[in-house]
Amino acid sequence: MNQDKDTHNGYYYSLTRNMLLVIILVAITPMIVVSSIILYQFDISYHEKVQAHLEELVLKHKQQIDSFLRQRLGDIRLLTSTFSLEELRNESFLRDRLELLQQIYGPVFVDLGIINSRGIQVAYAGPFKLGQAHYSDAKWFQMAMKSDYYKSDVFLGLRGLPHFIIAVKENCCGEEWIFRATIDFVAFNNLVENIRIGETGFAFILNRKGEFQTKPLFDLIPNKEPYTDFLGDSDKFKGGVRIIERDDESGNRVIYVGALLKHGEWLLVYQQKASDAFSDLRRTLRVTIAIVVLAGICIVVIAFIISRRMVNRVAEADREKEMITEQVVETGKLASVGELASGIAHEINNPVAIMVEEAGWIEDLLEEEEFREGKNLDEFKRALEQIRTQGRRCKEITHKLLSFARKTDSRIQNVQLNDLVEELIALSAQRAKFANVDINVNLQENLPILHVSQTELQQILLNLINNALDAMEKTGGNLAISTHLEEGHIIVGVADNGPGIPESNIARIFDPFFTTKPVGKGTGLGLSICYGIIKKMGGDIVVRSKVNSGTTFSVKIPLPEEKMPKQSTT
Amino acid sequence: MMKPLVLLVDDEVPFVETMTKRLEKRDLIVNTASSGQEALEVLDKSRNTDVVILDVKMPGMDGIETLGKIKKSFPLTEVVMLTGHATVESAIEGMKNGAYDYLMKPCDIEQLMLKVQEATQKKRNHEEKIREAKVREAMSRHGLA
Repeated sequence: MNQDKDTHNGYYYSLTRNMLLVIILVAITPMIVVSSIILYQFDISYHEKVQAHLEELVLKHKQQIDSFLRQRLGDIRLLTSTFSLEELRNESFLRDRLELLQQIYGPVFVDLGIINSRGIQVAYAGPFKLGQAHYSDAKWFQMAMKSDYYKSDVFLGLRGLPHFIIAVKENCCGEEWIFRATIDFVAFNNLVENIRIGETGFAFILNRKGEFQTKPLFDLIPNKEPYTDFLGDSDKFKGGVRIIERDDESGNRVIYVGALLKHGEWLLVYQQKASDAFSDLRRTLRVTIAIVVLAGICIVVIAFIISRRMVNRVAEADREKEMITEQVVETGKLASVGELASGIAHEINNPVAIMVEEAGWIEDLLEEEEFREGKNLDEFKRALEQIRTQGRRCKEITHKLLSFARKTDSRIQNVQLNDLVEELIALSAQRAKFANVDINVNLQENLPILHVSQTELQQILLNLINNALDAMEKTGGNLAISTHLEEGHIIVGVADNGPGIPESNIARIFDPFFTTKPVGKGTGLGLSICYGIIKKMGGDIVVRSKVNSGTTFSVKIPLPEEKMPKQSTT
Repeated sequence: MMKPLVLLVDDEVPFVETMTKRLEKRDLIVNTASSGQEALEVLDKSRNTDVVILDVKMPGMDGIETLGKIKKSFPLTEVVMLTGHATVESAIEGMKNGAYDYLMKPCDIEQLMLKVQEATQKKRNHEEKIREAKVREAMSRHGLA
């Protein structure tokens, strides 16, 4: 039985598990698939959007810086083409020009100078005392001498401050002269420094050698990947901008955007950590994952509850089915026992009949003359009488057995109810004694004769009395049986003070197969048969019960219609 | 009164034998049969049988069926049913189908004798009436009445 229970539990456990898995799978799979697809698409488009944005940004700044350099060069060329060398060699005139430029452009132009072909500065206007400075060895001077105009890299120079130079070569008086202007590093730096996005996005400029042309916001080593990569291959700049993603040494993914400036001499680099650039995406991802996880948990919990509930229901249904099956089997068993009993009773009845007849025959023969004087005649007669008596007893036994097995005898008879009740009480007295139950009888005298089937009425009352005794079997108590006459009816009351019937069961006690007794003890048919019989008689059966204080059944039996109550004594 | 002629029908041979002896001792003439079919044959041979004592429960043709056939072929013959308790209902059925009475097995011989005599009396009275009626008819036909 325990084993059986275990396998049952195993069955329900696996049922629960399967149901759980199916529900979870069916609910979670589409959710994950849908959210993954959406997230993937969002990721792609967001990447594209961010990259496009960065490209745009860098391109714009590249154009801005290029145009800045071009304009400064234009300014200087305008100056040299507008004024003659003689005028410009005049230092006070030169100072006026510088002031004018500074008025227009702010402190972009630091100083102006004119250098002859030997590298000696012949005129100078500016804050530094650089008159007669010797530049023949300076790289920018050598470069400037080779072309019509030249923009240098950033360098410290004689003054010890970072700056760069725009130089224009002029031919005058059979000699080559260099007119140069110094561009303030700070002003130029601002152009690039202003490119700031998020927490880690910044820009800077490198020259071909990988030297900083502007001051980067964070410390970094310029002579390495991917900057050299950008500088090495200028063909890959489509539309002037190139974008790559690399992991830096600390493992963070970084976006690099590069653009070449100054005809490929300088490189504008914008870099930002991917986590920063895609922070919105990250946030969306986190929210999505949180939602998915939360939904997943909800699904699991609900799946768990649902499957548990379902399986409990299935288990309950199984139990009920089992119980009904057992009851049906029990009923069937009873029926077959009945059949068997009836068969046996019948088979025994015939031999008993023969035996009784034989005894009768001997009795007949004893009447003959020859035996009349036999000295044992009386003894013979006594023995034969005994055989007959015992035969009758056998007959009674088999008849009782048959009446148990067969349908009840439903012949209508004249019944004195009180007699019947007393008979039944006598029958139940023994059981009541064992159950420690006192039987109180309160019968109204002179009840009219009923016109019903005695056996059926017996069955009903016996059933009620037995139920009452069953109810009080453990505790003992009082059983009160009463009869009284009411208008057109006789009421029989069977009241116990047992545990009572819970309200939820009251409505069902007359239902077939409803029983609270353990399986095998009750068929659940007793009261339902009683109900059927009573209704057939035209009577009624009513139950009143209170938990812990007892139950009263009242059976209402109709009086025969045509007869008036007789006042006969019983 | 002439001795009643009785046919005892029961599949239990020892019962039939003993019962026959007892009934003969009580001045009845007894034929026997151990099945419904045999009963009909015997009745056919001795048509003046007064009473059939018929067991309800028999293998093959049972009491009720036999009764039906007896009543069809020999309507004047009276039938007393013998039954175990279990077949009271079929005894009632039998009475509805024209049996004279029923007794429960094992039965008291005196009671049985009483029933047989009553049944014989009834049958004979019946026959008497028929005979009288026939005589009356014959007389009227010959213009004597």
